[in-house]
Amino acid sequence: MSFDVQKVRADFPVLAELINGKPLVYLDSANTSQKPNAVIDAMTQFMQHGYAPTNRSAYQLAAEATDKFEGARAKVAAFINAPKVHEVLYTKNATEALNLIVRSWGSANLSVGDAMVLTHMEHHANIVPWQMLAAERGFTIRWVPLTSDGLLDLSNLSTLLDGAKAFSFTAMSNVLGTINPITELCAAAHKAGAIAIVDACQAVPHMPTDVQAWDADFVTFSSHKMVGPSGIGILWGRESLLDAMPPFLGGGNMISDVKLEGFTCAELPAKFEAGTQPIIEAIGLGAAVDYLSAIGMDNVRAHEYDMTVLALNSLNDRFGSDITIHGSTDAALRGATISFAYRDVHPHDISQVLDQNNVCVRAGHHCAKPLMRLLGSNATVRASFYLYNTPSDVTALCDALSEAGDFFTL
Amino acid sequence: MPGLEDLYREIILDHYKSPRNRGSLEPPAVRSEGHNPLCGDEIEVFLVVKDGIVDDIKIGGQGCSISQSSASMMSAAVKGKPVEQARALIHRFKHMMSIDEGGEEPDTSAPLGDLEALQGVVKFPVRIKCAVLSWNTLAEALDIAAE
Repeated sequence: MSFDVQKVRADFPVLAELINGKPLVYLDSANTSQKPNAVIDAMTQFMQHGYAPTNRSAYQLAAEATDKFEGARAKVAAFINAPKVHEVLYTKNATEALNLIVRSWGSANLSVGDAMVLTHMEHHANIVPWQMLAAERGFTIRWVPLTSDGLLDLSNLSTLLDGAKAFSFTAMSNVLGTINPITELCAAAHKAGAIAIVDACQAVPHMPTDVQAWDADFVTFSSHKMVGPSGIGILWGRESLLDAMPPFLGGGNMISDVKLEGFTCAELPAKFEAGTQPIIEAIGLGAAVDYLSAIGMDNVRAHEYDMTVLALNSLNDRFGSDITIHGSTDAALRGATISFAYRDVHPHDISQVLDQNNVCVRAGHHCAKPLMRLLGSNATVRASFYLYNTPSDVTALCDALSEAGDFFTL
Repeated sequence: MPGLEDLYREIILDHYKSPRNRGSLEPPAVRSEGHNPLCGDEIEVFLVVKDGIVDDIKIGGQGCSISQSSASMMSAAVKGKPVEQARALIHRFKHMMSIDEGGEEPDTSAPLGDLEALQGVVKFPVRIKCAVLSWNTLAEALDIAAE
C-alpha cells in the first residue's frame, strides 16, 4: 500500500484545527501522539452501544464487551508477533508495565550480591523502579555508557553483563532518537545468562515490532504514543517467566479462589490484571493497532526516515554552527526524535517563541536526567515527528527557530 | 492571545543577559537549592543575614530567561533589606503570580521597580513556575538562616 501523508492527516481531526487562526504544527509525538477518527469513533461507538463489564457477567452485552476487550488483546499480540495472546497484559501505561516487572520478577530474583544492567540513555521509568528495589534489596545496577555520537558503547558489554541477572534497555532513546540493536542486545543478555527487558515505548509506534525475532523476554510500551488512548499500556512477557512470577497488584479478577487462609492466582493474563481494566481504552488501542496495521509499519518507518533526513539537513543548512543536534547524524540509526541546542537561547524560551507559531515541541530534560547530565545540559528542545508530519512542518520549525534567534539576540 | 512582548519585556532580557549578584558565597553564608522538575531549571541562593538584614546574596544555577531574570531582580530587590521586608516581598511577588498562600493581602503601596516587568508572566501560566522558583528558594534560605 502506498503511503499518502495528506490522506493520513485527514484522519486526525485535531490537525485541521486552527489555533489563534494558525494551523497546528505538532512536533511532540515522542511525548504523546494525536488520535485518528478510527480510534475516537471506536471508543465512542463502544460507549454508546456496547459498554459493559468484561470477564465477569453472563448477559449478552457483557459477553460481547468481553469479546471486544479480548479481541483487542489478540490484535496487539499479532501486531508485535507475540507467540501467545495471553502473554499480552494490559497495564495502566508503560511505566506501570516496567514497575510490574521490577516488583514482580525483580523482587523474586534480585537480592544482595546480584547485579542488573541498564544503559545511560534510559527514561526515568526504566531507572527509578530499579533504584527503588535496589535500595530495598541491595543489588547492584551497572550502566552501559554511550559513544560521543549518542549510540550505546558496547565495547565492554560482555564484562558489564557478566554475572548479571537482567539487562533492561530502551529500544529507541526518547531524547537522542537512537535506535538500539535490539536483537544483538537480547542475544548478549542471554549469552550471559541474563533476561532481556526491552522498553519499546518509543519503538513500537514507529517501526515494525517482532518480539520473537528480537528474542526478548519482556517488552513494554504505551498506547498513547501509538495513536491510541492514554490510560492503557502493554506488558508482553514470556509465558514461562510470567507463570513463575508472583502477582503484582492484588484484588478482583486476578484470583482463582480466596479463602480466609489465603488466595490462589488466576491463569494468565488475569493473574496480572487486578480490578476493572481500562475497557474503553483497550477498545481504542485495538482500533489504533488496526489503523497502524492498515497503513503498514514499514511505511510509517520509511516516512519517518524521510522526515528525519529532511529535518536534520534543513536544521543544519539553515543554522549551521548555531545549532547542536544531539545523537547520530545517520538517519538509519535513529528515529525521527531530534533534540537540539540553539545558540545560547534556553530551550524553554525557544519553545515559547515556537508556541507563538503553534509549533509544539518539548523543552526540558525529557525524564532522562542521567542522559542530560552526560550531554552537559539541563534541558534540550526536542522536535519529534510521526506519520502525520510533513515537510512543511520542518519548514515551520526552522522559520520559528529563526524567529526565536532574532528575538533573543536583539 | 498575549504576545511575546508581554512576556519578554526589555528589562527581563537585560537581567537575563547581565544577571545581578551572580556567583556564590562560602559558609557561614547559607545555601539553598531549587529545581523546576518540569523544565530542569536550577537556582542556588547563597545568603548572609546579619542583624536581621540581608547583608549579602548571590545567585547560582541555570535556566530559562524568566527563571534567571526573576532571580536576578529578586537579589537586587532584597539585598540590604530587613529580613521581614524580604519575606513580605516574597509574599507579594507570589501573589502577583496569582499564587494564593492564604494570609493577608500583601501591601502593594511601595513601587515594585524592575519586578513590575514580570507581571506579564501571569498570562503564560506554564511559566509561573519559572518566575517563582528563585523566590521559593530564597524563602528556604531565609528559613535556614533563621535556624
